[in-house]
Amino acid sequence: MFDALLNQLLTDTTHTSLRIFMPELLLSAGIVLMLLARLFGVDRKLPTHWIALWATLAAFAVALLYFFDFTNADHGPVEYFQGLMVFDRFTACFRLGLLLFLVFVITLTVLSGIPDQEDAPDFYTLLLGSAVGMMIMGGANHLLMVFLGVEMVSVPSYAMVGFLKGRKQSSEAALKFVVYGAGAAGVMLYGISLIAGLLGTAELPELADRLQVLYAGGSATLADPTVRILTLGILMLLVGFAFKLSVVPFHFWTPDAFQGASAEVGGFLTVASKAAAFVLLVRVLISLLAMPLGDQLSAVYLTLGVGIGVIAAITATYGNLTAFSQTNMKRLLAYSTIAHAGYMLMAVSAMVVLMSASNAGVSNGLVIDERAARAVEGLLYYLAAYLFMNLGAFAITALIRNEIFSEEIEDYRGLGYQAPVLAIGMGVCLFSLVGIPPLGGFVGKLFVFASLFDAGFVHPAMWGILAIGGLNTVFSLFYYLRVLKTMFLFERPAGARPVRVPMWSTAGVFVLLVTVPLIWPLGLHVQLVSRVARSAALALFP
Amino acid sequence: MLEPWLLLTLVVFLPTAFAGLIAVMDGKATEALRYTGLFGTALTMVASVVLWAGFDPQLGMQMTATIPWIPDWNVNYAMGVDGISLPLVLLTGLVCFLAMLASWSIEKHVKGYLILFLLLETGMMGVFLALDFFLFYVFWEVMLLPMYFLIGVWGGPRREYAAIKFFLYTLAGGVLMLIAMLMFYFNSGRSFDLLQLARIGQGLVPEYAFSQNFQIAAFLLLFIGFAIKLPAFPFHTWLPDAHVEAPTPISMILAGVLLKMGGYGILRVAYPICPYGAQYCAYGVVALGVFSIIYGAFAAMAQTDFKRLVAYSSVSHMGYVLLGLGVWTVSAQADNAVYYWQMGVNAAMFQMIAHGVSSAGMFFMVGVLYDRVHHRDLNQFGGIAGLMPHYTGLAAGIFFAGLGLPGLCGFIGEVFSVLSAWQYDYVLAIIAAGGVILTAGYILWTVQRVYFGPAYKGPHPEAITPANSRELFVAYTLLAFAVVLGVFPQLLFNIMDPSIATLVRDMDTAYRAMPPEAVVTAVGSTLVP
Repeated sequence: MFDALLNQLLTDTTHTSLRIFMPELLLSAGIVLMLLARLFGVDRKLPTHWIALWATLAAFAVALLYFFDFTNADHGPVEYFQGLMVFDRFTACFRLGLLLFLVFVITLTVLSGIPDQEDAPDFYTLLLGSAVGMMIMGGANHLLMVFLGVEMVSVPSYAMVGFLKGRKQSSEAALKFVVYGAGAAGVMLYGISLIAGLLGTAELPELADRLQVLYAGGSATLADPTVRILTLGILMLLVGFAFKLSVVPFHFWTPDAFQGASAEVGGFLTVASKAAAFVLLVRVLISLLAMPLGDQLSAVYLTLGVGIGVIAAITATYGNLTAFSQTNMKRLLAYSTIAHAGYMLMAVSAMVVLMSASNAGVSNGLVIDERAARAVEGLLYYLAAYLFMNLGAFAITALIRNEIFSEEIEDYRGLGYQAPVLAIGMGVCLFSLVGIPPLGGFVGKLFVFASLFDAGFVHPAMWGILAIGGLNTVFSLFYYLRVLKTMFLFERPAGARPVRVPMWSTAGVFVLLVTVPLIWPLGLHVQLVSRVARSAALALFP
Repeated sequence: MLEPWLLLTLVVFLPTAFAGLIAVMDGKATEALRYTGLFGTALTMVASVVLWAGFDPQLGMQMTATIPWIPDWNVNYAMGVDGISLPLVLLTGLVCFLAMLASWSIEKHVKGYLILFLLLETGMMGVFLALDFFLFYVFWEVMLLPMYFLIGVWGGPRREYAAIKFFLYTLAGGVLMLIAMLMFYFNSGRSFDLLQLARIGQGLVPEYAFSQNFQIAAFLLLFIGFAIKLPAFPFHTWLPDAHVEAPTPISMILAGVLLKMGGYGILRVAYPICPYGAQYCAYGVVALGVFSIIYGAFAAMAQTDFKRLVAYSSVSHMGYVLLGLGVWTVSAQADNAVYYWQMGVNAAMFQMIAHGVSSAGMFFMVGVLYDRVHHRDLNQFGGIAGLMPHYTGLAAGIFFAGLGLPGLCGFIGEVFSVLSAWQYDYVLAIIAAGGVILTAGYILWTVQRVYFGPAYKGPHPEAITPANSRELFVAYTLLAFAVVLGVFPQLLFNIMDPSIATLVRDMDTAYRAMPPEAVVTAVGSTLVP
């Protein structure tokens, strides 16, 4: 019997699990190769970034293959590694987007020359390592994997933030990041243990069923001690996510970390680790919410949803208002990412509120699921646009830094006339961040706002959050525009370092590659990405 | 004859095509760039005239074309033209062409200027032709970016402040519009189609209905958004700054076309979709209009900066638009009341076009002087008539058109809106008529201070040279339009009246059909599939 079990485990692992896990394995192989290359001195002849780039491209190709395989065959979710991980269209999309993003980031680091040759193996090991962690976050199907994924992302991030070893500011940023991160991880782990202890399982698909058993017959309110424990567990779990997403009041590390880190690292972490955290957050919340029940827990979940919405509104407002007075470009972008985490969290709150209504039986479950799926679709679309606009902004910051050795906005005076491709690219990214049509950021924001409005039918407070979101758009214009104003409304002062980045140089083409997708397809051919986002979102609502 | 969708697309995107062409041209060949830009605007103007040639006023909305854009969200690339949009399209074509001619005075970064100018034209044309709310919104916002940079880079000394103020105000209005758009979308079975939304708002679609409170809320959101653009009294403060700092051609476009988008938005979006809200707020609209007339006139009188004076005159003149739009009474004598309201809306539309011609002309005339003496201080002018007699004659004509002298375009719009207001509320009508006197006061005083008087004693007297042929051409064209519209207003009324009559009658019918004591349902009482 033991033999049979072992055999089954073996076939299961080799036939399904390892195949699905192929992109992650390829990245890991890349890491090993890079380290070996240094050991044998190959990296003198073959620059390390080539190994990293090829490993990522190979992983991307495999992920693309699985992506098409999965969309064509219309598969249901496949659990692998004995249910620890799950692979569905949602994971497939996320993995594809992440690997594409990783290709962009590695290209950027090659262009901007951070890291130098000496440090390259370390840097790319950390980069690819955290990417593997993010992919695990994207496919986690078990609370243990949730924690593992989050930590696998966090630990390399700490090191990457402190990567500019010589600089005091960078080390300080990394230290802050570590201390906050460790604290948040502890709280999160506690929350996970509460949930797992209460429900007797840590497998995400099981949670809803166990809840159903636990609260069968009769409504569950906060007066019930188990509900209190459950709520506490969920809240503690959310603390972990809030830290990763830099949601107020767990945002204190963000500005320091991203000002201290190099712009390339900032671009990577603000986009990829946030995207991974959102993807995971959505999956965990859905696993707790997917209950076709009467009105049990619905009041608790409704409160939770509105609460997330309020936190999101506070986060967006805080991020936008504090960004006003920033003079350093990276710090400004750090606050802007806080604000954008707020907008995206609004989509999550809309999803929770809509799903809590399905539990209350306000409308039939199918329609509600479709509407909740739209909220997730909006979130994914926003993330897709955010990938390009935030990476673009950080990348251009890095490229300008390489020319003028400064990240102060004041030093950007007149760049619009000296390096038009950088300045116009920055303009596209920043206007997309504001949410001006016809750029991708506008469409994402519109989708999120539409879901918020829809959630308002369940609880009117969501309309208030929508109004705050709208107001924030106006606030945010001011500081983004300040950057562009400096670039375009002044002449370059005499004696300032010249910036020479013509359009048809490698850097110029890179900027085009990152910014043009914001106009097409994300801004104008919305269908292309929204279809994919829709199918990915619907995979979560079987 | 071209396919309708192709023609409409050409009108909207020809400028963009030329912007693309200019983008790949050599930035140093400024004359070639300017002529390319001029050719682009001229071609667009021709396209809009072709549109007019194929237009039949009796048909209402026509040449409609709907191409799916984002099918999953029910967003269409839907365009069409009717008697309300056509005059504004023609005006846009004309003003942009003339403003391009006036752009020869721009010396700095000509290439960027021309690209932004042409993109701006695309945005304006798109707003006037879009029949899908989403598309309308996209064009509305698209126009902000070029405008910001046009004011911010090529503007006067306080251009940064003016540009960001303009951007923030309009974006705030845009966000309100966005919220209204979502309200309509989710209560109409997910539709952005303006015509369909109008049918729902007028109670012609049995499946959906916009309740009365809903209409009031949506109307207020939209109205504030459009009133910012118009600009009506409490939202007007961006306008003097933007006008004063913007370069002359951009001031012409701002006053000539951009302000009309507010009035157009009210007529195309806010009114037809929310008839109940419109009727509910009618008195407020009229009162706001009258207040703007008086306030703008007094403010204009107090200015010493020539351009600022013209800017405040715009606030005053656009007040007549609100006045004309709002005079909707629901009385037992239905036909009579609707007749006056129809007259009011006609007058408002006419006033928009007339103001587009006269204020663009006034800004141009100020610009001609500013190009020479580089100041706009009214107290330092005087005696220009002796130095630039030809120019002065034209300027006087255009200023009189703004004043509302009979026989010129400004007269018709003002008189008809005040006439229609008499039926509505004679107190407000008398106050509005008083505005005419104030207008005459500040314009005559200005003409006297600038053009007459013994001699010019301000700075740069040596630079005052007679107007060149390019300037004379622009001025003559605008003056010609002012005269033609003043003498033959029927030219314009013939285009507009059938569409306006339909709109007015539909809204009146819809309002009457609304149960007076209808159960006022909360906005969110229904879950929408």
